[in-house]
Amino acid sequence: MTSVATPATGARSSGPAHGWWALGLREFWFWLTNYRRTWRGSIYSSVLNPVLYLGAMGLGLGTLVDQRGTAALGGVSYLAFIAPGLLAAAAMETGLSESTYPVMGSVKWRKTFYAAAATPLRPADIFHGHLMFTTMRLVMNSTVFLIVMSAFGAVRSPWAAATIPVGVLTGLAFATPVEAWAITLSKETMFAVLFRFGMIPLFLFSGTFFPLSQLPGWARPIAYVTPLWHGVALARSLSLGHPTLAGTAVHVGYLAAIALAGILAGNLTYRRRLYV
Amino acid sequence: MPDPDILISAHGLIKKFGEFTAVAGIDFEIWRGEAFGFLGPNGAGKSSTMRMVGCVSPPTAGELSILGLDPVADGSTIRARLGVVPQEDTLDVELTVRENLLVYGRYFGLPRSLIRERADQLLDFVQLSDRADDKVEPLSGGMKRRLTIARSLVNNPDILLLDEPTTGLDPQARHVVWDRLYRLKQRGVTLVLTTHYMDEAEQLCDRLVVMDGGRFAAEGSPRELIERYSTPEVLELRFDIAEHEQAAEKLADVPVERIEVLADRILLYVPDGDTALAAVRGHGLEPRTSLVRRSSLEDVFLRLTGRRLED
Repeated sequence: MTSVATPATGARSSGPAHGWWALGLREFWFWLTNYRRTWRGSIYSSVLNPVLYLGAMGLGLGTLVDQRGTAALGGVSYLAFIAPGLLAAAAMETGLSESTYPVMGSVKWRKTFYAAAATPLRPADIFHGHLMFTTMRLVMNSTVFLIVMSAFGAVRSPWAAATIPVGVLTGLAFATPVEAWAITLSKETMFAVLFRFGMIPLFLFSGTFFPLSQLPGWARPIAYVTPLWHGVALARSLSLGHPTLAGTAVHVGYLAAIALAGILAGNLTYRRRLYV
Repeated sequence: MPDPDILISAHGLIKKFGEFTAVAGIDFEIWRGEAFGFLGPNGAGKSSTMRMVGCVSPPTAGELSILGLDPVADGSTIRARLGVVPQEDTLDVELTVRENLLVYGRYFGLPRSLIRERADQLLDFVQLSDRADDKVEPLSGGMKRRLTIARSLVNNPDILLLDEPTTGLDPQARHVVWDRLYRLKQRGVTLVLTTHYMDEAEQLCDRLVVMDGGRFAAEGSPRELIERYSTPEVLELRFDIAEHEQAAEKLADVPVERIEVLADRILLYVPDGDTALAAVRGHGLEPRTSLVRRSSLEDVFLRLTGRRLED
């Protein structure tokens, strides 16, 4: 990422001057200004989501599961088993929801991306600024999720604090490639398809609710390549207090590689959409 | 050494979208402090030209220099010194009037205190001070346009680009916008605008190009263009529909510089309208209505392209 050298333009205004993130930060500020209007509502759903899932699945369903014995879960309660998985899945959902309709809205309905493109911001800056905002939302939601998890007594290790960055990384592994794709669309109809046939199957079959050992042999490799499984496995290993160096490196590396590929793709697709 | 008073220069500028050529090789220079217009019908290539000048659309071929810089390599630096009023409003309708200016000012990296101060001045300038804390959504089209103009001035730009600034506004709202733009011009702001309204071009532009099919059909000041391509006066005649064609044939005998037969009217281009009307009557023709008026850019356009502007 290079920044263009700027001749002084007085106190009038300044173009790119600092690092690559400096202009993106201005777009981040734009999203933050908008968010000030809706943050209260979003906090409620950030709290309600883990309360409902942990209550219904962890406590309700979990009581039944635990009665049958939890050897397949590694000997922990069902609640402790699924809580970190749900944290990762919630991060996926946050990542996907931030990278779909808000992007379409900014480019098609409100056209605010075009307003930003007329300023010193370059398409990539607009993209990065929105990713910064998505990152902030992931930090918020993952933190709230972890707090609720602790309140439910579903945390087994101080390592669990690291599930917050895992949530961020998992969310970004979805947000960056999906946002790179979303900016190329002229209609939002594909988003419903993505949520129905992409997100929900991942949510159900990526080891969130049951270990992959329960899947038929042919289906396991499919689960292994999905980013969510890596997020779930990593968050779970931390929350239950048995992370391994090799496992962590693989999961982090895989998620980071996807997030990075999404950023590189988005740099191109944002330019293509905004510089016609 | 480039002339510092030439803010924008283009040579052989071309923009293609796939097979379609939107801008087919144009040359122009825009000077500091002038109001320069691109006049033409929809699809003439005006907006494509504007987007290239606004550094959000890389030229397909040709040279383009803005403020002495290259729009592709130095787009960000150039845009820091431009104000842009796009054809479609890009205001954030969920924010208030003032917040729109504050957010936009931040895009230019201006300090908050300076933006606040400017926002107040600019809202005053576009007569929106009393709506400063209202949301944008319920504002009228004219108010939104004025807010967009205020927003475009927040970075105190060297050049203000206006793409069809009054399209879609009612006549009264248009006049308010024109009045504000005229004041900016008086202050020495360089205005570059596109329009398909001849009256807008006449009111605001020191110099303009008539654009059609991606090329320039003519260029000059409004007065020069009218003098060069039209007559001082135009006699507009309307006949009963049944007589329209017949009358058009008979009028061929009346001595005029040029005659345009439109679907509903016949235009006679003459040095003196009243004399011409007397001559028409002398040929035994009695129009249902007649109107003598001065030539306008509409007539220039009709002459140059054979079509009307606002169809």
